[in-house]
Amino acid sequence: MALLQIAEPGMSTAPHQHRLAVGIDLGTTNSLVASVRNAVAVVLNDARGHGLLPSVVRYHEDGSTSVGQAAQARAADDPRNTILSVKRFMGRGIKDIPDATTLPYQFVDAPGMVQIKTVAGVKSPVEVSAEILKATRARAEAALGGELVGAVITVPAYFDDAQRQATKDAAKLAGLNVLRLLNEPTAAAIAYGLDNAAEGIYAVYDLGGGTFDISILKLSKGVFEVLATNGDSALGGDDFDRRIYCWVLDQAKIHTLADRDKALLLSHARAAKENLTDHDETVITVVLSTGEVINLRLSEAEFNAMTASLVNKTLTTTRKALRDAGLRPEEVKGVVMVGGATRMPRIQAAVGEFFGQAPLTNLDPDKVVVLGAAMQANVLAGNKSGGDWLLLDVVPLSLGLETMGGLTEKIIPRNATIPTARAQEFTTFKDGQTAMSIHVVQGERDLVVDCRSLARFELRGIPPMVAGAARIRVTFQVDADGLLSVTARETGTGIEAHIAVKPSYGLTDDEVASMLQDSYVHAQDDMVARNLAEARVDGQRLLEATQAALAENGQALLNSTELAQIETLMANLRMALRGTESTAVKQASEALNQGTTEFAARRMDLSVRKALTGHRLDELEI
Amino acid sequence: MPLDFNQNHFQLFGLPVRFVLDAGQLDEAYRGLQAKIHPDRFAHAGEAEKRLSMQWATRANEAYETLRSPFERARYLLWLQGVDAMDPKNTAMPADFIMQQMAWREALADTNRNRDAPALDRLEQELRGQSKAYQADLARLIDDARDYPRAAETLRKLRFMDKLLEEVDSAYAALD
Repeated sequence: MALLQIAEPGMSTAPHQHRLAVGIDLGTTNSLVASVRNAVAVVLNDARGHGLLPSVVRYHEDGSTSVGQAAQARAADDPRNTILSVKRFMGRGIKDIPDATTLPYQFVDAPGMVQIKTVAGVKSPVEVSAEILKATRARAEAALGGELVGAVITVPAYFDDAQRQATKDAAKLAGLNVLRLLNEPTAAAIAYGLDNAAEGIYAVYDLGGGTFDISILKLSKGVFEVLATNGDSALGGDDFDRRIYCWVLDQAKIHTLADRDKALLLSHARAAKENLTDHDETVITVVLSTGEVINLRLSEAEFNAMTASLVNKTLTTTRKALRDAGLRPEEVKGVVMVGGATRMPRIQAAVGEFFGQAPLTNLDPDKVVVLGAAMQANVLAGNKSGGDWLLLDVVPLSLGLETMGGLTEKIIPRNATIPTARAQEFTTFKDGQTAMSIHVVQGERDLVVDCRSLARFELRGIPPMVAGAARIRVTFQVDADGLLSVTARETGTGIEAHIAVKPSYGLTDDEVASMLQDSYVHAQDDMVARNLAEARVDGQRLLEATQAALAENGQALLNSTELAQIETLMANLRMALRGTESTAVKQASEALNQGTTEFAARRMDLSVRKALTGHRLDELEI
Repeated sequence: MPLDFNQNHFQLFGLPVRFVLDAGQLDEAYRGLQAKIHPDRFAHAGEAEKRLSMQWATRANEAYETLRSPFERARYLLWLQGVDAMDPKNTAMPADFIMQQMAWREALADTNRNRDAPALDRLEQELRGQSKAYQADLARLIDDARDYPRAAETLRKLRFMDKLLEEVDSAYAALD
């Protein structure tokens, strides 16, 4: 008779229990969610069998929302409250949206990021994106039958720090534990590379709804090394639609359109573009709210002519990425096509001509990113061990500081492998100067005004000295999500001042907390329950991680006193997990975190030594 | 403090402290180390391990980037010997070297003006050839002769070549 294992509460029932983790492709036009089930990555469908979730959110008067197909179906009737392509507004100010006047939304210029006035109140792009992510999360939890341990969220490789931070904030707001922000072309390379056992140099050409990325990767023995990346975070399939839209207005000699008609005409423009994928010609028929009827015939040749400059823009960008990687087009072994917009025949032909080979289209260009993200999520959640692949990704745009005269001083160059840190010393330029303002920027241009401003902060409390005597060391750290943090300290006198900043486009943790609070304002109990559930998931995860670490080398690295201390802290956490106080769980988790810092350091040392000597653990002298 | 900063970049990868380097061995050691310590290996671990892993991976990337570039590698080797090759006080360069630099800059300006791609290619080949020659000098001066002052001078020359090559890159970009 098989014996059932009885698990202590707060302990996982089995050490290798499968942890539910997903990959989410938060796209401009459509979003998808996928997970690894039975060792295969699969896209998770909704109850009706749809994989693609249109990235559309509609706000209702009572504060509720509809997301996806339901929202999209009403876009033309309720254009002001139905937000499409919100990804284009992430981490962007009003001046960054060139076509703001042609869009049906009521934009509100807010410091940092533009906001949109809806019938349910003013919403930030972060909140709108969070609604989409909540929908993917709900879909995943329904399909997988449990709470998610975490998610890998994909972002365009060319997203700057403000856009990445906004995406991570949206995920937090949706209650997701972000295992990693993963670059879309890199995710595609995982899915493609592992499926095809690819080795050598590959280019990933990713033209999505609103963004373009080109990444050059070297694949060898399970290592995916990004050599260079480039792109345009404001160029995508939507731009091709808009070319048709403008052409129609021009042909029909129309100057102004009602908001409702703008949305209607845009959707017809998109349909015409998609129709031209399989046909030489298409007919656009639109009945405007004025009763006016537009009826136009558009040939593929005309469409190609009006969009040639967009295609060329992607090829110029591709050339730059290749030059950064120090490679010629003929050195590329394969070109992977990603994103729905790469279905356009003209794009495939142009890319094929550029690289002198037919691009690879054997994976669905809409799904390849999310499948790669799911594979990575499965690894990051700890479901796979041994023989895993390794991703070495890069910073897409240089990071620097403003110096005298409005010039940029680059601290971290583009295409530096992450995580990375660089420090630079600065000094005071006036006698007795006690403060220094620090302006963090991102971009390749020499003038600060041409780069994106990420953050401004002031270092105060510098002891008064003659000009040039103070030593201010500014350190930039980019983590594995590609997110920047900056610290500055005065080291000249040994007196240190220290500040860490988060880019001004991002939300502070307090802001996220207050937004979470707002969204639960009518359901106080919900929030308490949510807090407790989250604390429990975090505490549980920490317990499992500690348990696994102890099993691996607790005996070897800890003496009996240290071991007993950690076990006491674990017992305390288990106790707290049985209760219903989220603060107690958080405190016990924090105590265990603190109490295992030294153990973690010893484990890391051991890993490094193992890597260097290539010896097994039991062969090493501790 | 677990990060051992006494360990130099070469020791971190188990490589001999010298200019001539087996690039394949460096790549392998770097990848082997990242495979153990990269933050992706610790995404499900506790906060302490996540933080340490980021610090170690950052350290590995810094060391790898330094050793991979001949210029940075030589500069680092001289720094280990207490020589600051890029000290701003050392700006004097030999007259013939300056003349040659000026001639190359003029040639570059000409190719830019005439949008002459083949001439740009030829210039690039010539510059790369000279860079390689300086790198061979560095290998001899650092690894064999241990003549650090002369190595520092050669390194400053190499810096000029790198700057020129960067401008060649911009010239190619301008041709697009």
